[in-house]
Amino acid sequence: MSGDRTGGAGRTGLGLRGLGGGWVIPASLALLAVMLVLPAFIPPFFTGNILGRAIVFGIIAMSLTFLATYGGFVSLAQMMIAGVAGYAVAVLVPGAVPSIVGGVPYGLAIPIGLLAATLMGLLVGAIAVRTQGIYLLMITLALGVGVQLFIQTNIAWFNGYEGIRNVVGPDVLGMPFRDTYVFYYTTLAIAAALYAMVLYLVRTPFGLALQGIRDNVRRVNALGYHAAWHRIAAFGVAGFIAGWGGLLFTFYNIGISPGSIGLGGTVNILIMAVIGGLGHPIGAFIGAVIFVVFDTFAADLYDRDRFNTLIGAVFLVIVLVSPDGVLGLAKRAGRLFRRAPAPSPAEARQ
Amino acid sequence: MSDSRPGGGHGGIWMTGGLAATVVLNGLTLAALYFIVASGFSLIFGLMRTVNMAHGSLYMLGAYVGYAVFEPLYDQDLWYAWHVGILAGIASAAAFGVLMQVSLLGWMQGQELRQALVTIGVSIIVADQLLAFFGGTSRQFFAPDSIFGSTTLPEIGRYPTFRLVQIGIAVGVGVALWLLLNKTRLGLMIRAGVDDRQMLAATGVNVPLVSLAVFALGAGLAGLGGIIGSTAQPLVQGVDVRFLLTSLVVVIVGGMGSIAGTAIGAILVGLAEQVGQAMFPTYSVILTFLIMSAVLALRPQGILGRPA
Amino acid sequence: MDFRMDRRKMLLGALGTGAVAATGLRMPAYAQNAPIRMGWLSTLEGPFATGGQDAWRCTQMIMEENNNQAGGRRVEIVRESSNAQADVALARARKLVEQDNVDFMVGPLSGAEGIAVRDYSRTRPNQAFINGGSGAADTTLRNVSPNFFRFNMDGTQWMAGLGNYVRRTLNVQEVAIVAGDYAFPYAQVFGFSLEFCRAGGRATYLWSPLGTTDYSSIIARIPRTAGALVVIHGGSDGLAFMTQYAQAGGSLPLIGGSIMADQSMLSARGPHRRLMVGMVSAGPLADVVDDPRWVDFTNRYRARWGREGFNSPSIHGYNYYVAMQGVLLALNAVRGDLSGGQQGFMRALAASDYTTPMGARMRLDHNRQAISDTFLNRIEERGGQAVTVAFDRARDVNQTLGVPEAQFLALGAPSRDNTGCVAQS
Repeated sequence: MSGDRTGGAGRTGLGLRGLGGGWVIPASLALLAVMLVLPAFIPPFFTGNILGRAIVFGIIAMSLTFLATYGGFVSLAQMMIAGVAGYAVAVLVPGAVPSIVGGVPYGLAIPIGLLAATLMGLLVGAIAVRTQGIYLLMITLALGVGVQLFIQTNIAWFNGYEGIRNVVGPDVLGMPFRDTYVFYYTTLAIAAALYAMVLYLVRTPFGLALQGIRDNVRRVNALGYHAAWHRIAAFGVAGFIAGWGGLLFTFYNIGISPGSIGLGGTVNILIMAVIGGLGHPIGAFIGAVIFVVFDTFAADLYDRDRFNTLIGAVFLVIVLVSPDGVLGLAKRAGRLFRRAPAPSPAEARQ
Repeated sequence: MSDSRPGGGHGGIWMTGGLAATVVLNGLTLAALYFIVASGFSLIFGLMRTVNMAHGSLYMLGAYVGYAVFEPLYDQDLWYAWHVGILAGIASAAAFGVLMQVSLLGWMQGQELRQALVTIGVSIIVADQLLAFFGGTSRQFFAPDSIFGSTTLPEIGRYPTFRLVQIGIAVGVGVALWLLLNKTRLGLMIRAGVDDRQMLAATGVNVPLVSLAVFALGAGLAGLGGIIGSTAQPLVQGVDVRFLLTSLVVVIVGGMGSIAGTAIGAILVGLAEQVGQAMFPTYSVILTFLIMSAVLALRPQGILGRPA
Repeated sequence: MDFRMDRRKMLLGALGTGAVAATGLRMPAYAQNAPIRMGWLSTLEGPFATGGQDAWRCTQMIMEENNNQAGGRRVEIVRESSNAQADVALARARKLVEQDNVDFMVGPLSGAEGIAVRDYSRTRPNQAFINGGSGAADTTLRNVSPNFFRFNMDGTQWMAGLGNYVRRTLNVQEVAIVAGDYAFPYAQVFGFSLEFCRAGGRATYLWSPLGTTDYSSIIARIPRTAGALVVIHGGSDGLAFMTQYAQAGGSLPLIGGSIMADQSMLSARGPHRRLMVGMVSAGPLADVVDDPRWVDFTNRYRARWGREGFNSPSIHGYNYYVAMQGVLLALNAVRGDLSGGQQGFMRALAASDYTTPMGARMRLDHNRQAISDTFLNRIEERGGQAVTVAFDRARDVNQTLGVPEAQFLALGAPSRDNTGCVAQS
């Protein structure tokens, strides 16, 4: 990764800069290999409902991390955008209860869902294009919750508060999606592909321009790039990523209801992204695994009734102690061992 | 069974054809509540650039603490129960706001996004703790009898008196804020700080202390809003989200840090909600967000906001 | 007996033995001396937590009454909680079944959650799923699951008898119905209208979205000709509506939906209480009913929970209690034998026939949905507290309110455009 990292739209207090280095691709491939064989060693529940569920959340969180890391935008609309894909499919596919449009096969409904999420991403990007930092945070939050409220009160298209159930998902290579392993490996493959896409994209001229905009809008504009179009396009890409997450989320939950994509879901995605670390897309998945483990076993560790206090406190501590999340902690720990000579300019600022 | 004899009452007596006037008045009363709450948000943002995502939590905290004080007094039929509840609500929200500023936000001044995330963390914990203490039962304040019933208005007929009081309180808050900002030394310092924080510090003003005062004031307004709001509508878990969202939209539309802008934003949003609900109920939410998007497209800084 | 202790101990054990124990090498489901593991799911988080907590109180009561035993075996409860969201309920149900290895489970509490768990139950055909309190009609009416059992009636059933009472006994020709614009009120409105309109009544419907806070324009649209006002709102919406109706000086006789007259609404103080005294409603329970079983049950409830509980069990507590009755009786019937894919246990559940603490007979239909009694209640002031007093009941109400099932299904799912007002207009 390259790019001048000094100056720019910096007043965030978060580690919103990409980690990089030659180790990223080998480490990612190693991780993928581990994830491929892990189900042989762990119970099906862990495969499907811990790892699988975490990867689904991780994909949605990665759409936020992608925007934050490379564009400097902390968007709180990503869960809503994921929900748009989920709802689009739920409205279209056969078997859903209630059947709203129905009869559209998964092969067609899935691309439509992804298109809907991408368009919603572009729309959010277009509305928020002239703002940044906390303004963008506020606007995306308002849009996210606003769309969710709309879905919740609209009976005709989205069946309101109850949502749409019995969206069982497609058959993958002739096997039902609801099989734990079919679900897990499909999800893992999609996550890996999207992750690779992000890593590739940030090295393209588009990705470099995006990072340039993050660091110094004026300079990029002066170089003849159209900053606004790049920003909107970045939201479109993030919408596409979130859309995949939303589809998998809907199939995993056998349906979708507005409560899952409201402020609670939005904040959960933010928590995952921040706990993992906004410095690299892999942080989204790390954060998601931590969140899901907490979420699943909170009842055993701590009174389930007060789960929100627990997760809120964990989040608060992370933001206070290590705003760049677990990734940042790991990086610092690594530096301690390696005794790296000098921090990069990005860290020196903190 | 005389109590349930049919035909005893005439439900429609206050249906006088002035439905449009009623809707507009409803919009204005709602706007009054939104203004009270959002002005606190805007004030804090204006001076400190802190987006307090726990603003809705302050609303809810003030309301619940106020209720805890109000309830035993109301049970004893004391006429001042509601008034004491208001004071308790304002005081508790202001105290919590100060605590937040001192312990969490003050030392990360300038790291806006991090502050926003900290306040999100705080709001998650506050909501959960309030649920633990007060449970999920809905509650409501009951205003003193003198302002509880209804008043007959031309065109509209009988209209809840408290709603009119609500408008009065909002106007009072607006005037008081104007006086504070324009006629007092503190106001002078706040306005100077909004324009240029560094310059204010350079002139020897104790900026952290001014910040605390502003935080207390902004949070106290959320607490006041909490009591007023919970007198007009029930107090339930989840109002924090609603009022945070409303505050965000109001200040995005009206312009950050501008009290007059907040008033305009509140009126637009309040009217949009009520008109939307009356005309196309299931799509009313969209109207609010159309307004927000339109303002952002034309004036990203909000109607009366200054360019960033 | 503190079930939480049991749960902790057990789970610590499970974690201690590590992944191997959980890989599916578990004991055969039936072993005479091994405890039965029952999953329990309710809403202990979020705004609906009050109902979930009461469900847990009533569950503990029935377990204590039975000494934590059924069919000669110890019953261990693994408790989980959701926040009334379908996806969370589903995640918890999966954990109970797949990770905690419960034999069967009881829950969840709310409508969309129930449908999500019902859908999941289809993938675990050899385990019984017993509903806790969720009341969406479709759960057991459309797209049913063969191993999902529901011992509570749905929102439509709960209104049985009310429409006839208002039209015939109160002799009201026309009502205004104010209701929430979502599934539960649809079901309740449907149940009311079906009877009321068939008996020749006319109704005006005024819908408002869930979470509406300002009802003044709704109140302004109540027709002058209405002889009674039917209020079908839940929780805070109901409180908001009633307070604003009181504020506006409304004075029509009131008819309430099943959750309007719940304890949580009656225990809230304020001007709405004055109006609500005299309100007639229908539902599966009342605070006061002239039946020694109910007197005994409520006395035990108060003695056991004191100030921690409500004045009288809530609708959710009652529903879970009745569901647990069915579970424990079925376990007794099969002597704790859950072998053979629980087929015997499920047959026993399906053949349930017992009396609830309200003195109502409880049976299940061919969709494993409750057939039981609905009570007509009036709110009275007793000892300074507003309570619901049962004065009549509709017996053996089935899910289609006596309409042949095919004909009932042909009416379509209740909605704002399908109010069940089919006889007239």
